[in-house]
Amino acid sequence: MTTMSSIMTVVRNASAPVRMHDRIGSWIAPAIMLAVLLAAPAVLSDFRIALLGKFLTFAMLAVSLNLIWGYAGMLSLGHGVFFGLGGYAMAMFLKLESAGGKLPDFMFWSGLTELPFFWAPFKYAWFAIPMTFVVPAVLAGALGYLVFRSRITGVYFALITQALALIVSILFIGQQAYTGGTNGITNYTTIFGYPLNAPSMQLILYYASVAALVAAYLLCWWLISSRLGRLLVAMRDDENRVRFSGYDPAVLKTLVFSLSAGIAGVAGALFTPQVGIISPTMMGIVPSIEIAIWVAVGGRGVLLGAVIGAVVVNGAKSGLSESFPAVWQYFLGLLFIGAVLLFPSGIMGLLRGEGWQRPWWLSREQVRGAISRLIPGATR
Amino acid sequence: MEVWALQLFNGLSLSSILLLIALGLALSFGLMNVINLAHGEFIMIGAYTTYALQQAALNFTGDAQSGITFLIAIPVSFVVAGAAGYVVENALIRFLYRRPLDTLLATWGVGLFLQQLARTIFGAPNVQVVAPPWLGTALTVTADLVLPVKRVFILGLVTACIGGLYFYMYRSSEGRRMRGVMQNREMASSLGVSTRRVDSFTFALGSGLAGVAGCALTLIGPIGPSLGTFYVVDAFIVVILGGLGQVPGTILAALIIGMLNTMLEFGTTAVVGKVLVFAMVILFLQWRPAGLMRAKGR
Amino acid sequence: MSVTGLTKLPVLMRFALIGVAAVLMPLMLAACGSEPPPAPAATAAPAAASEPASAPAAPESDTIKVGILHSLSGTMSISETAVHDAELLAIEEINASGGVMGKQLEVVIEDGASDWPTFAEKARKLLQEDEVSVVFGGWTSASRKAMLPVFEANNGLLFYPVQYEGLETSPNIFYTGATTNQQIVPAIEYLLEEGKTKFYLLGSDYVFPRTSNLIINKQLTAAGLEAVGEEYTPLGHTEYSTVITKIKAADPDVVFNTLNGDSNVAFFKQLKDAGITAEDLPTISVSVAEEEITGIGAENIAGHLVAWNYFQTTDTPENVKFVSAFKSKYGEDRVTDDPIEAGYFGVYLWKAAVEKAGSTEVAAVKEAAKGIQFAAPGGMVTIHNENQHVSKTVRIGTVRDDGQIDEIWNSGSPVVPDPYLDSYEWAAGLRELAQ
Repeated sequence: MTTMSSIMTVVRNASAPVRMHDRIGSWIAPAIMLAVLLAAPAVLSDFRIALLGKFLTFAMLAVSLNLIWGYAGMLSLGHGVFFGLGGYAMAMFLKLESAGGKLPDFMFWSGLTELPFFWAPFKYAWFAIPMTFVVPAVLAGALGYLVFRSRITGVYFALITQALALIVSILFIGQQAYTGGTNGITNYTTIFGYPLNAPSMQLILYYASVAALVAAYLLCWWLISSRLGRLLVAMRDDENRVRFSGYDPAVLKTLVFSLSAGIAGVAGALFTPQVGIISPTMMGIVPSIEIAIWVAVGGRGVLLGAVIGAVVVNGAKSGLSESFPAVWQYFLGLLFIGAVLLFPSGIMGLLRGEGWQRPWWLSREQVRGAISRLIPGATR
Repeated sequence: MEVWALQLFNGLSLSSILLLIALGLALSFGLMNVINLAHGEFIMIGAYTTYALQQAALNFTGDAQSGITFLIAIPVSFVVAGAAGYVVENALIRFLYRRPLDTLLATWGVGLFLQQLARTIFGAPNVQVVAPPWLGTALTVTADLVLPVKRVFILGLVTACIGGLYFYMYRSSEGRRMRGVMQNREMASSLGVSTRRVDSFTFALGSGLAGVAGCALTLIGPIGPSLGTFYVVDAFIVVILGGLGQVPGTILAALIIGMLNTMLEFGTTAVVGKVLVFAMVILFLQWRPAGLMRAKGR
Repeated sequence: MSVTGLTKLPVLMRFALIGVAAVLMPLMLAACGSEPPPAPAATAAPAAASEPASAPAAPESDTIKVGILHSLSGTMSISETAVHDAELLAIEEINASGGVMGKQLEVVIEDGASDWPTFAEKARKLLQEDEVSVVFGGWTSASRKAMLPVFEANNGLLFYPVQYEGLETSPNIFYTGATTNQQIVPAIEYLLEEGKTKFYLLGSDYVFPRTSNLIINKQLTAAGLEAVGEEYTPLGHTEYSTVITKIKAADPDVVFNTLNGDSNVAFFKQLKDAGITAEDLPTISVSVAEEEITGIGAENIAGHLVAWNYFQTTDTPENVKFVSAFKSKYGEDRVTDDPIEAGYFGVYLWKAAVEKAGSTEVAAVKEAAKGIQFAAPGGMVTIHNENQHVSKTVRIGTVRDDGQIDEIWNSGSPVVPDPYLDSYEWAAGLRELAQ
């Protein structure tokens, strides 16, 4: 009995750092972040809170991409489209409320005389709000099923979703009468009858974003620690083995892709009222690929990484472009290169010590020397 | 009748432009599985090289109108863009061969960087390249069938590029090594081919072809820092449809897309035409995911 | 390749690192210039770009903050950078001659990055964080539409310098560019008088061309005519051979061109290559000015028509002074054009209104602005009493071989702005529908 328990103690001690490590990743760090986010309105100005609220919707978008890229290995370069569709669904609701029963202004400019049939139900919140999830999820489901059934993966999948971003943004620009064209949909004044621009409403929307982010985070976390999550990782690493084990990867992938798109749509729905505009620029190729860099900077395959990446990159973008507009592009370019070449596991990887890539111009010894100078005793 | 002949020519011309911008991309993908999102920026390098050369000629001789400068610009653009490609391959891409999705992100970063570099050097506004007078005319076949000489010239240039590429790949020892690596990397390597050398040389070749495309595009399009972004997505569609990395497939795909786009645009509008072509390509890939021509030998 | 040394860091240290990172994030956000007085560094950097003649450490009450918000990066930077330059020039001139009400102007520059949500965000930042008295900015209609609710909700003041599609009067925006009755409508009237009957409408696929063509179609219908063709191409489109085939098939007298930006370069190059000269088929453009002609190549567009309110060649003493000041500050090879001029005189109009009001308070400035006049480089401009647009002279010109424009017609006197086209019978009902 005593020997048994002492062995148990040894085993427990041996695994202690690992479990501690897990706990930091899955509970403590997110809890600290949540506390910071909840307390932020006490410290920051209204403007900064609105900005942070916007970043949180981006964080949610990044979490949704991380789910399929980090865990299932499918890099979607069309996630801006799903974000945009959710944003448009919300914007249709807000626009109809603000128009107060009249035709939205851009429809008139484009020569429409009555509300198109598919716009009509969006004046009801009970219809519009679920649609922010359903529309992107259905589109992703349809595209995903076609693509995954033909066993298109990896780079092909990335390029096809990129083409999707191009087509949808061209379509939305072209159908000005129904979508507002390049301008997008803007100039809504109220939400559920309350003025949208009031600081108190902005604060409510901020907390709604925090809540939605937490919900998305928990949902993804539950998913990846479930059986489905392990299957996803297994598919990423060897799809054929999963297929031979009797699962249908096409169905699993479609489900996850669709869910991810739905989460992105809800993020877009929260973006619209906080920023006051949704436009096709959010759905094009460039924003869609930028989402990938948020995830890469934060850390692929770590849920918290996506949140950190989105907030840090966008914070840097806002800060840098305020003072040095020209520098931002260089910085962003280098960020893309650096994030894959030097820090493939991102900020989270660095923090968790999962390593980084040795710069090719340094020898192993030089790197070791530098690290031991910086942190004595770190390398042995 | 003349309208249809003219549209046929326009379709052929668009195909040739698509082919010129997609050729380099197909090469680097066929050999290395590298998706180079900075390809558009190599096109831009070619265009700005042409511009810089013309400005230099203007300063030295005071005459930019002579066609010789433009003719010289074609090989110079090839060399400059090729050299840039060589540097990018050696400094960046060779570390990422086993991670294609990461290459995609890293080359996108390179593209952003190069765009801003062009903006810093040449300024944000568009610049202008004066076409040589002998290219500025039109061939009058019948009263209604007038063919721009520039487009005929580009057709010729593309034919020459394909001829050169064919000669290089099938008639030179370098090209034989390249095909060897394409077909079976491990085998070629164990037979003593330096795959490293072949890789960086092929990538440079592909970038050089983008440079030539850039030089040719100065004749018909705008020349600015974001010039590459107008063309690169079209180039990708061509390469995907062609069966990633297959040169004959790429030629066929360029022809199909160019013709289809021109005819659809004539029947509908430019916006609808573009969307229809993309939709058709995606549907086609449902049927044949590997594109028109499948890679052999792997 | 990977160095695993960091894994050997004590777990708690890594934990601390994550914690620090989480705390630093909002701080970093806050450091981006949230509190103006204690954090001078954030606003000092952009202000330095304007090199104002003021003493750097002057207390806040001695300066008036103004914002400039244009796209300095992205696709629109091609056009907007020059307007930003002109506005800086005006501010510098005003500071050199004693400022506004004896106070120096302090500029806060922001980048809209050719992205409409960014315009909204930066406008909010300028109004709420920097508390600027006025913002000069915007180019595309989309950027204006994105900023409009922000300015209205925060009661800010925006001077918008570009010709646009009309049908808008925001109480918080002054429109110093032309509205439709100061550019498009007179251009069509001119062409009708010249005996043109077959119009082909070509534009980029976005709001300005579509709305313009809606108005043009109404105008043509009133004249008993019908456009022989109407075609839109995606923004950034560069392949015009098919469009040119369609134009040839429709055989128009004139092409009314509302293409935007880079597409113009491709269109005019390819039109010339197809052997079509300005004598065969003239085009009239409303989005092509001297700045764009540089990129198109003068030899490709020479002989074609453009309609604006100002050309670099406009013959006024104010313009001679303006062009030489612009060139001496930014280089001999730079050109001026209509939006550049509108950006420039917008700053002076605001200055005049502030001095008349004796305050920078928005309501007072708006009240004082009514009827204010300024001798702009393009002629006298007057702010309209109600709609906050300006009266300006309409000019039509042909492009010369050197890229400059020769005026061939003008409206004689400034045209009163009429954004809803109330004074035109054929446009009846536009106002009711637009509001």
